[in-house]
Order: sequence, then C-alpha cells, then structure tokens
Amino acid sequence: MDFLDIFLNANFWAASLRIATPLIFGVIGALVCERAGVLNLGIEGIFTAGAMAGWMAVWLGAGLWGGVAVAALAGAFFGLIHAILTVPLGLSQHVSGIGVTLFATSLSYFVYRTALPDVSSPPRIEPFKPLDIPGLSDLPFIGPALFQQTALTFLALFVVAATAFVLYRTPLGLAIRAVGDNPSAVESQGLSVYGIRIGAVVAGSALMALGGAFLTMSAFDAFFFGMVNGRGWICIALTVFASWRPGKALLGALLFGAFDAFQVRLQTDVGSFIPGQVFLMMPYILSIAALILVARKADYPRALLVPYFRGQR
Amino acid sequence: MPSAPTVLQLDQITKRFGSFTANDAVSLSLKKGEILALLGENGAGKTTLMNILFGHYVADEGTVSVADRSSGALTELPPGQPHAALEAGVGMVHQHFTLAENLSALDNILLGTEPLFSARSARAKGRARLVDLMQRSGLTVDLDARISTLSVGEKQRVEILKALYRDARVLVLDEPTAVLTPQESDTLFETLKTLAAEGLAIIFISHKLDEVIASSDRIAVLRLGKLVADQPTAGSTKLQLAELMVGQTVTLSSRPEQAAGRVLLTLQGASAGDGRAAIHDIDLALNSGEILGIAGVSGNGQATLARLLSGLEPLRKGSLTLEERDLGRTLHGQSARTMIEAGFARIPEDRHKDGIVGAMSIAENLAIETIRAPQNQRFGFLKFGAIAERARAAIKAYDIRCQGERAAARLLSGGNIQKIVLARTLEANPKVVLAAQPSRGLDVGATADVHRRLLDARARGAGVILISEDLDELMRLSDRIAVIHRGRLGPAEATETLDRSTLGLRMAGHDHAADAGEAA
Repeated sequence: MDFLDIFLNANFWAASLRIATPLIFGVIGALVCERAGVLNLGIEGIFTAGAMAGWMAVWLGAGLWGGVAVAALAGAFFGLIHAILTVPLGLSQHVSGIGVTLFATSLSYFVYRTALPDVSSPPRIEPFKPLDIPGLSDLPFIGPALFQQTALTFLALFVVAATAFVLYRTPLGLAIRAVGDNPSAVESQGLSVYGIRIGAVVAGSALMALGGAFLTMSAFDAFFFGMVNGRGWICIALTVFASWRPGKALLGALLFGAFDAFQVRLQTDVGSFIPGQVFLMMPYILSIAALILVARKADYPRALLVPYFRGQR
Repeated sequence: MPSAPTVLQLDQITKRFGSFTANDAVSLSLKKGEILALLGENGAGKTTLMNILFGHYVADEGTVSVADRSSGALTELPPGQPHAALEAGVGMVHQHFTLAENLSALDNILLGTEPLFSARSARAKGRARLVDLMQRSGLTVDLDARISTLSVGEKQRVEILKALYRDARVLVLDEPTAVLTPQESDTLFETLKTLAAEGLAIIFISHKLDEVIASSDRIAVLRLGKLVADQPTAGSTKLQLAELMVGQTVTLSSRPEQAAGRVLLTLQGASAGDGRAAIHDIDLALNSGEILGIAGVSGNGQATLARLLSGLEPLRKGSLTLEERDLGRTLHGQSARTMIEAGFARIPEDRHKDGIVGAMSIAENLAIETIRAPQNQRFGFLKFGAIAERARAAIKAYDIRCQGERAAARLLSGGNIQKIVLARTLEANPKVVLAAQPSRGLDVGATADVHRRLLDARARGAGVILISEDLDELMRLSDRIAVIHRGRLGPAEATETLDRSTLGLRMAGHDHAADAGEAA
C-alpha cells in the first residue's frame, strides 16, 4: 500500500520534526509553568505575540536572533501579567489565562495593523535557513530526515534537555517541583513561593513565545492572522499526555507532528475518495484518544490551580 | 538546668487580627536543652505565637530574639522572614506537614539548603551528613522513598530531620502527637529527650495533659492570648493545668451506669470502599442505650465506615440491618436521605466541609436535612417563619454563639459549627448517632458539651457509634470499644476490661490471635 511508503520517505520524518518544533517549545513552556503549580492558558495568545513580535523585529531591521530575543521578551511580558494576577493576587488561573490569550492576540493584531495599515499581502522576511551540519546532513536517509532543520529546531531539542537537567538535577528544579506539589514545603524551608512561581511562569511563557517565533521566522516568512491555529491548546493537552515530564513531552510533540505530517501525505494518496477534512481531524482525534488512555493515570502536580497565601494552610 | 544559657527570648509579643487579640503581651524564654510544653485550648493563640516566632506572621508589638550561633548573645530576628528564623536555628514541625509528596525524603530535606542557581546539587554530601545525623538521633527513614509512600510517623521524622539538618537549636513542634498511635508518641518523646540531652531546646504545643506532664521540663499555659502560667512541670497536676487552660473549674462528664437495650443496628460481613481506605468483612452489633467506641489511627477505614453508615458509600458485600429492616439494598442506591429517614444521625469528621454549607445561614443549615418534612415546607415552598423560629430555639438550647439565625454558618468557630451539627441531628430523635471524631480540634469547654450531648442521646435510648483517635475520650464515654486496623474491625469488648496499652497495640496492628499465640 502507498501509505506504508510514506514512512520510508525521509521527507516525512523531516516534516514531522518541523511540525513538532513549535509544539516542543510550547509544551515545555506549559510544563514549566504547571510544574510550579500555575496553569497558563495564555499560551495561545503568547504564541501569537511571539510570532508577531519576532517577525516585526526582523522586518524592522533586527537580526534573526535579535528577533528571537524580542519574541522571548514579549512572551515573558505576558507571562508576568499572568503570574502577577494568579500568584500574589491568587485570581482564577483559568480566567486570567483566557484573558491573557485574548489580550495578547488582539494586541498583536492591533500592532500589526497599525504598523501596516495598507498592506494587502503580508510582507516577507528572510527566515532561518536549514543548517548544513558537515558529515551528519550528508548521511543517506538520516541526513535529510533529521539533520536538515533550522537552528530553532535544534534550539527546541536543546531546551528539552536543559529543562530536564534543571528540573531533576539542580536545586532550582527541586524548588519548582516542590512548589507545584506543596507550596508550604517551600516556604517552610525559607524559599519564596511567589518568587519561584513567578519566575517559572515568566520563563515558561518566554519558551511558549519561541514556539510562535518559529512559525513566522522558520516555518513561514510572514505573519498572518489566525496562524497559531490552536497550537497552544494542543500544548496544554500534550502536557497532560506527558505527565509533566520533559522527555515524554518531546515524545508527545513528535507524535503529534508525525500524525500531522502523515495525514497531509495520506490526503494526496487517497484524498480522491475521502474528504480532506477527515484527515485534518486525525491528529486531534488521535491526541484525544491518547489523552483518554494516559490521563486517567496522570500524576497531576497537587498544587496545580491552587493559589497560595502566606500564613494560611 | 538553671545554669544553661538562654537560646530563645520572646518579649511582649502582641498580635491582633482585626479587633481580635490573638496574642497579648506574651513573654517566654527557653534555655538550652530544655523541653517546654505550650498548653492551651484551641484559639488560645499557641499556633499564632509559634508562627510569629517562625516569621510566618509579623507581630504588631514585641520582639523575638535568638542566641547568636558564635557569640551566644541574644540577637533580635527581623520580623516576617522565615529564612532568617531558619538561619538563626529555629526549626518548626507544623501540625500539617510541609512536605512535597512527589519528592523523596532526601529531596525534601535538601530543598532550600543550597543556593537556587547552582548548577548541581550536592546530594552525596548531604546524604552522608544525614546518615550520620540519623544514627546520632535515632530518627531513621528511607531517604530515597517518595514522601507519598511514607507513614505519618515517618513523615514526622522527615520533618524533624529537616530541622536538624539545618542545625536547629530551637525545635518547635505543633501538636506532634495528634496523628500518632500511643506507641509512636512514646517513641517520639524518647527521641525528643535524647535530642534535648544533646542541647536542643524544644517547644511542643499540646492540649493533651498526660503527655505534657510526662514529657516536659516546664509548662507555659496560654488562655485567650494571654500567658496565664509559666511553671516547672514538677508539681503540676492535670486538674490544676486544666483549670488554668479553661479559666474555670472543669467538670468532666462521666458515663452513668445503664443497661444496654435491644439490638438496633447490625453489620454482617460488610465490605465497602476500595484502596487503602476500604473496609473488609466488618461485623458489628449496636444496642440501644450504649456508646460503641471505634478506636484506630486515622486512615484505617474509619472514614469509609462512617460514609457507609451515612449512606454515602455503597455496601459492596454483607448486610446492614436497622431494627430488622435491611438497609443494605437501599445503600446500593446511594442515598443519604434514606439513612436519615431511617433514623441515622450523622456527625461528620470534617465539620467545615461535610457538616455545614458555609455560605448558607444558620437557620438554613439547621433545616437542611429535613427540608422535605412538613414542618419545613408546604407544596414545595419553604416556611421561613417556622424555620427561623425553630432555629432561634435551637440557638438558645444549644448555646450557639452567633449574631442571629441569619448569620452565615462559615463565620462561626469550630465549636459553634459543631453545635449546629449536634442541634440538627439530635433534635430529630435519631435511633443511631454516628459521631466521627466529634471533638477533634475543639477546646475543653466545647468538647465537654459534645460529650454531654452524646451521653444524653445514650440516656434517651439511642445507640451511639463513636469513632475517635483520642483514647481518653473513648474510654470515658464508651460502653464497649472495638479497634479498627487496615479496614478490619476487631471484636467489641467492655471498656472496663481494656487498658490503654492493649488498645494501642491493637491500633498498631497486633491482633489478639497473635497475642494469644504468644501467650500460649
């Protein structure tokens, strides 16, 4: 059958990794926030803000890495808003998160429209180019499948490793894991619950914004309305799927990327007699199915969604 | 030890919450190697005082001073900074453990002891120090075990190790025995005495007079935020301390002789629930006019048993009969209402969560269980006048201290909330009263009130099931006592034939069969 051939094509694997990249940033960002006990539903808007801010910076003349830094700062800014509302003020994390998403999305569109009032087709920038790694990229099959990605994809993979190291090997990671389980454990050891939670939400939001930046600076070369298209929400689901572990988060993002790459190719194979929308649904249906299988046993951070107030138990 | 240096000094501490004064010019000092018991009723300000010492609260007036590590001179602590207290050598073991359940014991102890932004954690070094510390103090735990897998006693040892690892010189324990078996409590106090002999100064908060007299060097008593006594333990008596705590003469209600009546309630081979809290094959017979005590360390199935008898948990196996009426079948339908209508009164363990609806008024809370009865409604409309009138009567009869029947129930203190629960359940003349931890967290006065009401119900001919972890309470009130361990209930035996150590052993899981086997 044709659809088995899809897996033998290096192009499919390259596409899976490419599609997975923004999800890797997003799911790791969401994971860092939630490990500290804060659900960040601002993710969808932070993706949009990162996409817009990174692209806009480059369009205005900054270097590509400068654009990445601007995107991260934009994410950190919206993360800080969410953190202040939910951590010291203890407001509903759901309400604040949705608010941040609406605010960040609208503000991004507003800035874009204000800067470019009369443009009918979005202006383009020169995006990141696939890296040519001497030796590895030239390997047969493996080279084109895995080693012809842009620098941001490799940064995403590095972020997974770095997050796993920080969470499980350093005192900071210990404090983040503890504050998401029982904040009073952290307070009673003389650490600041608010400081750790705010820091984690800001850092996690900066990572989310890099996922957005990948869209405008690597996957595409321009900013469109609606281009984030639910990727943030997928990341929230993937976090549960991953049981809040960076390794499993990477796996989940890659699986989703693979489903997506697969359905695109399947469409061209058998699209003549099955409507294309069925294939578009596939990654989402499969991620719901995976969640049903995994989520029952999910090991939620115990203090997730629970605000902490000093002097109360 | 009169010559030992002072390591801690609380000077004229005052703390107000709004118009309420939780601590009123309290001064205390503590010497090296001394064990001080801080005694007082609930709401007397003990925990507030210790939270000020530890920097969780900021005092309105007064200062906390701790001896400097090197010079020994008393140095004032900056207020409101837990890490300053930790650095000065004050360690605190809270009543509700402050442990992250998803981490190992070692991780919990190391948490916050290293600079946050160091690249690696010095776990090997920390582990070596802890192994040494465990050997010296006799506090042993599996350092690699996840906290969620440890028993309550082990968690408490982790908490103490946390403090010792930071070189604590003052250790504060808030109600340390509240969750322990009698044997575990004895071990804890032996450990504390060892630690004190090595120079650690210890404050433990308690309202159990026996352990205070047995295990402290000095006793400080707080009443309504004021320090009313600070005296050596030698020469103190239970009665004198009780009167200092309450501020008036205390009469402990005792159980009058009374012959038990006919069998009211029987459970045969009853199983319910699942997991660690499940109950298995429980046989129980409750007579009218008796109090049946159920002893056990919390988490051994008491909660499931209480939920079963409240109609909140289906009976999986066996039978449940009230006066020859089979209730097991209706229980499959999960109805608390069936049970209430059959004559069960439920005094739930967590009175704030399960006993009242906090946002509703006192009158509504009093009527809530019988809201369909004709005295409360007509054609589906509530009779507000009648409900309010009965509420005013109940407030008077049960001495519920409140601003009126329309006040929200959540505004009341624990003791007054319990009075609402008692008024609601006992006014209906129930056949069976299920009292789960009815005096937990209540002060001496409110406890005496609860006990009197339960004895009244018994005198009236009701059968009372009293689930409690407080052996003194059980032995004073119960006609018979059975011990529950890991979901299995032992036989109920007359209280006169039992003593504390037998009950303690059974609570820890040594059953009779094994005892008999050893004796034979």
